[in-house]
Amino acid sequence: MCDQTFLAITFGPCDNCSQNKPLMNIYLKNEPINYCSLCVELMACQGLAKGETIHTLKTESETLKAKLEEERAKLHDVELHQVAEKIEALGQFVMKTRRTLKGHGNKVLCMDWCRDKRRIVSSSQDGKVIVWDAYTTNKEHAVTMPCTWVMACAYAPSGCAVACGGLDNKCSVYPLSLDKNENLAAKKKSVAMHTNYLSSCSFTNSDMQILTSSGDGTCALWDVESGQLLQSFHGHSADVLSLNLAPSETGNTFVSGGCDKKANVWDMRSGQNVQSFETHESDINCVKYYPSGDAFATGSDDATCRLYDLRADREVAIYSKESIIFGASSVDFSLSGRLLFAGYNDYTINVWDVLKGTRVAILFGHENRVSSVRVSPDGTAFCSGSWDSTLRVSVRFRFSGESDLRNILYSMVLLFTGIRDYRW
Amino acid sequence: KTLRHFYYQMMLQMQDPSTGVKGTDQKLNITIIPHVITGQDIVAWITKNMNIDNDEAQAFGTMLVAFGYIYPLQDHKKLVLRPDGSLNRFQTPYFWPVQKWKAEDTDYGIYLAKRNIRKKGVLDAYEQEEYNKLHKWMNHKWDFIVMQAKEQYHAGKARQKADRVVFDCQERAYWIVHRPPPQTHSAMDYGLDRHIDPNVEEIIYTQQAVMRSRVKSSVSLGALAKYITTFKNHDPFLIPCLPSNPWHTDDDSYWELNAPDVEIPTKMRVERWSFSFYELLNDPRGRADFKIFLKKEFSGENLAFWEAAEELKWGTAASMSEKAEQIFKTFLAPGAPRWINIDGRTMGLTVKGLEHPHRYVLDGAQTHIFMLMKKDTFYRYLKSPVYKEIQKKAISPAQLQQNMRNRRPSIDPIITWQKEQEEKAKAAAAAGPVDIKKLMASKLDRK
Repeated sequence: MCDQTFLAITFGPCDNCSQNKPLMNIYLKNEPINYCSLCVELMACQGLAKGETIHTLKTESETLKAKLEEERAKLHDVELHQVAEKIEALGQFVMKTRRTLKGHGNKVLCMDWCRDKRRIVSSSQDGKVIVWDAYTTNKEHAVTMPCTWVMACAYAPSGCAVACGGLDNKCSVYPLSLDKNENLAAKKKSVAMHTNYLSSCSFTNSDMQILTSSGDGTCALWDVESGQLLQSFHGHSADVLSLNLAPSETGNTFVSGGCDKKANVWDMRSGQNVQSFETHESDINCVKYYPSGDAFATGSDDATCRLYDLRADREVAIYSKESIIFGASSVDFSLSGRLLFAGYNDYTINVWDVLKGTRVAILFGHENRVSSVRVSPDGTAFCSGSWDSTLRVSVRFRFSGESDLRNILYSMVLLFTGIRDYRW
Repeated sequence: KTLRHFYYQMMLQMQDPSTGVKGTDQKLNITIIPHVITGQDIVAWITKNMNIDNDEAQAFGTMLVAFGYIYPLQDHKKLVLRPDGSLNRFQTPYFWPVQKWKAEDTDYGIYLAKRNIRKKGVLDAYEQEEYNKLHKWMNHKWDFIVMQAKEQYHAGKARQKADRVVFDCQERAYWIVHRPPPQTHSAMDYGLDRHIDPNVEEIIYTQQAVMRSRVKSSVSLGALAKYITTFKNHDPFLIPCLPSNPWHTDDDSYWELNAPDVEIPTKMRVERWSFSFYELLNDPRGRADFKIFLKKEFSGENLAFWEAAEELKWGTAASMSEKAEQIFKTFLAPGAPRWINIDGRTMGLTVKGLEHPHRYVLDGAQTHIFMLMKKDTFYRYLKSPVYKEIQKKAISPAQLQQNMRNRRPSIDPIITWQKEQEEKAKAAAAAGPVDIKKLMASKLDRK
């Protein structure tokens, strides 16, 4: 397996103030130094006071950005589709909806899978958060939040709690109970506090910490039990719409995307912005890591999804079609990373071949915008939540024991007659 | 932050009675506002004392206004510094932007409520909207907010009129900076319209980005493609999972066969453990098997340390110091029962860090141990009898299904014999003469 490059963060005495802090390894006049972030800023201010005009700063900034692009281009020796040439193409797939979860009275804004591979939590515009056993379609728990537009929800790794938030600017954790009659709102714990709406939340590797992103342009890491802010992440210049934790063994980074068209990679320990990508032409609605943790995909209002390689430090693929003009609201990878599922504002879900860049399936069936698409933890199905107030769990449709020819004929018929909603 | 420290020094210098900006008393209706300064005087002072040209000075002056260190008296909603005779004042340090005091919604609510109490209908349209919004989502606190507003209002009335006017101007200026009206740029504004200046922090960030090590595209893209190829057979969207996809057939045997604590795992699952150390550790059944191997090697302390470090990293803040102490006693102290073998430098740094434990204090040691297991122990595990044994024991759902299909039950011999007897009886009856008594008796029976 490829060796993971992970950030060896140094803690130690700052070369300037001697305090023990997370250190930034920077170059000053080509000499490497270790300064803590506070001293870096102080030094930056001194630079300003020495009479650097705003014009010289601007030119310096621009020259550096050009140099960065130059460095990136030096190692750009091959394109993704060239690497993918030797790999077999996928045929056309047909997807089939196997469960439709009805129960929300209003737009479904977000959903998340439980690690048991069959339970789901979903949240909607009317303030309701519902926990379902998607396999049996039973509703197991329901909570009504005191605010509307619950834009974020997440299942805890243990399966014993859910977190949600939205226009109330907070993220609250509800422990789930086996007693169906218990009022979950009574045990509610308010964890995160932002100064604007909560756009996305996620538990880390345990139930004790939550990572949140907000319309106030920041992300933050919180301790669930005490509600204490452990780390905040500043760097976006507009609303942050989505975040995703890296699935790596080191588990120390996460990526966020926002309305400033930037996707930033952060180190959770120091709060530093480690990498930044700005190639989208509009708001980034969703970010998702590739299963190996070495790349991530984004879905944006510019109607494209893009793949960014973290080790090569650049954008490596764009998934788009002239016929797709509506924004992509949500993306997720299949288990192997070969397929990228993307939900769009034109009510469809497109499935892309990550390596070849072609579309292998299109799923109709929702009657309004698709707001959230997630693949189940064992990769057997994907769930889509929509503004039509339903959630659908879909799988790949295969004929048992039929020949490939029949399969191809069937998919061609479906695609060309444009049957929008086939319920078998 | 230290940028604020810099502004703080600047403000002190500007207000110096001898070398600072010259201020006058300005008459406003019947009150006199002290220490009023003109825009042009401010720009002139900055040009002279910072040794920059006029344009820079104006831009810098506007930053001071945008941050709220200076506020304009006329046209107060526009946070710019006009290089003319327009009147401004220095903001009181109480209202300077300081890291520790965030402009809370509660405070804003109190401010708006107070103005409402003083005079109804005095709020601007955008302020009224904000007020309504706050009233809605802070409803549970509204009694508290109104009470605070009333207290502040009464305290204000007790002041001298001149002081009160000055304070009102200062407070109003503060809120214009922190809750800017539509179309006003404020340095506290995080919105899309925010004025982004190229600042030195960005330059340093870009500098670091240039220095960062990168990998050739052929290498990293090759790795992405390799990952896909490795996991292809395990992706239910590419190759059907066996015995069947529960969502497809409504049969959840697949989940039962792959439960986290199952005794005999499936062959696919065992194969997946060999893909990477991460896959092995991530699967609880895999980790359990790895532990069996480690026990045989008498080297379980490495994994135990790694697990303990994970618990520290992801645990609650309250449990931090206790856990750190426990870990030190068990793994790091000289003569510890499960002492881990790490290099002297890492050990030294870790032990020193444990004096003031934080959740990432074990990072160095954890990484060292993890790499050791990943590069050495893992590969020995894959070649070990423990792994080979579980590979043999592992079940294959496909084979199970196949075998099941081939085995068909046969007809029970009793039924075969009964059938044979019936045939015999029929044949005998067809051959011999008809017995009328027996025929009548059977007819009566039927009735």
